[in-house]
Amino acid sequence: MLSSIIFLPLVAAAVLAVPRVPDRVARWTWIAVTAAEVLLVGVLIARYETPADGGLAFEERARWIPSVNSSWHVGVDGLSVPLLALTAVVFCACAVYGLREDRRPRQHAALFLALQATCMGLFAAQDLIVFFVFFDLSIVGMYAAIAGWGHGRDAGRSALQFFLYTFLGSLALLLGFIGLYLAADPHTFDIPELVAAAPLQDHPVAGGFVLAALLLGLAVKTPTIPFHTWLPPAHTDASAIGSAVLAAVLLKMGTYGFVRIAMPAMPDAWRGAAWVVLGVGIASVLYGALVALAQTDVKRMIAYTSINHMGYVVLAVGAAGLLGGGTAARELAVTGAVTQMVSHGLITGALFLLAGVLHDRTGSYAMRDYGGLARSAPVWSGLFAVGAFASLGIPAFSGFIAEFQVFAGSIGTTAWAAIALPGILITAALFLRALQLLVTGLPGGRSIGFTDVRAVEAVPVTGLLLLSLAIGVLPWLLLDLITPASAVLVDLVGR
Amino acid sequence: MMMEQSPLALLPELSLLAGAVATLLAGSFLPRQRQWVARLIAVAALLAAAVSAALAFPSHQNGHFGGGDAETVFGAFVLDTATAVTRLVVVAAVLLVIGLGVDELAGTARESETYTLLLLGGLGAIVLAATDDLLVLAVGFLLASIPVYALVGMVRTPGAAEAALKTYLLGALSGILLLLGATVLSGIAGGTAYVDLAAGLALAPAAAVAVGALAVLAGLLFEAGGVPLHQWVPDATQGAGTAAAAFLTTVPKIGALVAAARLVDVLPGSLPWPLLVGLLAAATMTLANLAALAQTDARRLLGWSTVSQVGYLLMPVAVVADTSAAVPALLVYLAGYAVTNLTAFAVLAAVPGARSLTDFRGLARQRPGLAAALVISLLSLVGTPPTAVFLGKLTVFTAAWDGDLAWLVVVAAVNTLVSLFYYLRWLVEAFRPGEPAPTAGWARAAAVAGALGVLAVGLGAGLVTALVGEGTLG
Repeated sequence: MLSSIIFLPLVAAAVLAVPRVPDRVARWTWIAVTAAEVLLVGVLIARYETPADGGLAFEERARWIPSVNSSWHVGVDGLSVPLLALTAVVFCACAVYGLREDRRPRQHAALFLALQATCMGLFAAQDLIVFFVFFDLSIVGMYAAIAGWGHGRDAGRSALQFFLYTFLGSLALLLGFIGLYLAADPHTFDIPELVAAAPLQDHPVAGGFVLAALLLGLAVKTPTIPFHTWLPPAHTDASAIGSAVLAAVLLKMGTYGFVRIAMPAMPDAWRGAAWVVLGVGIASVLYGALVALAQTDVKRMIAYTSINHMGYVVLAVGAAGLLGGGTAARELAVTGAVTQMVSHGLITGALFLLAGVLHDRTGSYAMRDYGGLARSAPVWSGLFAVGAFASLGIPAFSGFIAEFQVFAGSIGTTAWAAIALPGILITAALFLRALQLLVTGLPGGRSIGFTDVRAVEAVPVTGLLLLSLAIGVLPWLLLDLITPASAVLVDLVGR
Repeated sequence: MMMEQSPLALLPELSLLAGAVATLLAGSFLPRQRQWVARLIAVAALLAAAVSAALAFPSHQNGHFGGGDAETVFGAFVLDTATAVTRLVVVAAVLLVIGLGVDELAGTARESETYTLLLLGGLGAIVLAATDDLLVLAVGFLLASIPVYALVGMVRTPGAAEAALKTYLLGALSGILLLLGATVLSGIAGGTAYVDLAAGLALAPAAAVAVGALAVLAGLLFEAGGVPLHQWVPDATQGAGTAAAAFLTTVPKIGALVAAARLVDVLPGSLPWPLLVGLLAAATMTLANLAALAQTDARRLLGWSTVSQVGYLLMPVAVVADTSAAVPALLVYLAGYAVTNLTAFAVLAAVPGARSLTDFRGLARQRPGLAAALVISLLSLVGTPPTAVFLGKLTVFTAAWDGDLAWLVVVAAVNTLVSLFYYLRWLVEAFRPGEPAPTAGWARAAAVAGALGVLAVGLGAGLVTALVGEGTLG
């Protein structure tokens, strides 16, 4: 089941890439496959039952490289199921939005289907080499998406910067993986076996180096400061769909790596580094928010809020490594972190698609070029307003649930986490300012004659925002999945 | 150690030798437009060698160097996993070289001679890799390098002439060094066989061992194209014909690196050999990567790229005595590198008119299959999963770290990042719009076949690693 979910988009990508099918067929095949993925993941969630012993559900294992104890090992738990669902939903939304892509639509569809396969595979991977294969391939895919379909003048340059930076991260990650492999006895790349063995538990120096390599690799991908500089140009020059996928799904690979590999496999070292991680999280929250406030370009602004939002996740996983507070608080922090990953994916994905509409109509992201869009493009304005409020953490949307848990858990563990609280305020200010510049007032500049969102643009955005609303109103839908897994994780970190 | 004197154990080598002679003779009597018969003879000899090598593949796992139960023929030719893998890889590589070179070579004045030289060069590489005797090593060096000089000079261009001269001079110097080193080592150890070296060098003065071993290693470094004897590689790659360039950047390296591993394994611990070879590895990859950054000629870029790959390949050589993971890692990387590098050269051969990187513009639009082969081969050279060189890098990095050279692994990782720059530059050009040059059919097929091979090695990693086994060199 899980393997077919991973390989279905890959097969579809190969089918689209080789024969010259008509563009129309390619577009609709893309939508059909992503819809099938949503359906399959839906079935998976419906049949999912939390594994009793902190194990994995839908586990599959096949021989791959037995000489280094690496196998095709996939499986899901409460940490990965939400991200699989997010991936399926975001890619489906992008496929619908992509109906209007007129530059090489066949190759475009094939590329994004392949990219989806790498994301699905990464979130299901239970073997470090499998994880790494998908991690690296997602970089190659995203590079091609930015370089091939980006619309900035410097798309090639931004794509190269993205590739080099994240490739550096992936190499650091590979070094960390090799370190874990060599430390384990018997040597293995299998994640559950490594988690059970916690191989570097009594080797503070070696453990420190290996964790540093893992942290570097994952921090580049997340990104946290000071490794975030690739993100704004990559977003600015990527297409709307590329940005949405990059922010909504690819950034999660970094934070997912924390909860899947770094924390449970190296509890000792993680606790040692917890204050550093917490500090980096706080700094990312504040810095991301402040820099976003200073942006005049709406897409760059959303990109910087991503750094801010991912900062909450880093803050929470850092707090989870501090044994001072109670277990309940740390579990809350981890649950909040995973919820935030999903929430950020839904909301930011929607915002990037909406920003793409601006560029599609006028070629400009500058907020000062617009004004009064509420009159000329009421639907767009409404959707953007909903997205902005959801993103700044208004109750009834998923962002509130996530950030509330992150802060309740983190501050419950250490009061220092409260330093990050102004981040919420600044985010509120910057989104309100953006709304004011873009939406309110009399139509002027490029707002005049602005065509409102078309159905293919409105439907995916609305879908994403409705899901965010659903999580905000009925959070138990998601939390029931995550909570048992975060309890297991906190338990493992506390070893 | 079991001794066997049956010449049948050398059937793959004999096939290559007989094939070379038959190809040369046939070529001499055939008219120019029927030289394809000579080509068929060469291919038949290679297939015979491949079949006999596959049948002779050791079914049992051998012990580590020296202490194992591998058979040795005529006291100097070890039949172990390393030899068996080398035979298969070399034969497959020469086949691929002929495949990608058909368009370029067919109907030329020196077609059958080229095939003869390819077969002899392949034979030389196998002898280099399989021997555990300094005298046979010297013979293998000559057999592997002399065909290369001739192959480089085969096309009559000023560039080729200069490259051939440079290769020859450097090769002659390295050959003398190798002979000198062999003399010194055998003089102090009292024998030329590696078993004698292992025993005799342990108590010998470190300075004498250092001089002798470094001189022999210098010869092997020339053959492999490693720093500081690498200067001929970019010139020869740029100046020679495409098939010759593909051959000389692939096949001699295979023999030389396995030979270096066999030698380093028996060197005594009186000198820090892992560190010394590790430094050579670091220097090779770093220098070559920095030099490759500025290249605009695709052939020259690949020439530097092959030098940098030698740097990674020297990593398992450095730790060969310290970890049992080294030899399998070396063999996996060699196999992955050979198929990957030849795929990249097949793309070059498929677009014969293209010299600089910008000449590849429009390739993706015009020939998507060829562009895909280029993407796969270059990403594999970077080490992106799930390709052949990724598997090689994974095993090599692991082995080096396991052999306590973690610093070298970090250097190699940084170098990998640097290498991404120049490989990407080429890829980007291939995807830009432009008018592409005409392409050649056989080479195109070779490129696609090679690309499939790259993926097969990467995805079939389990099979590949099972083949090279736990093991080892006899």
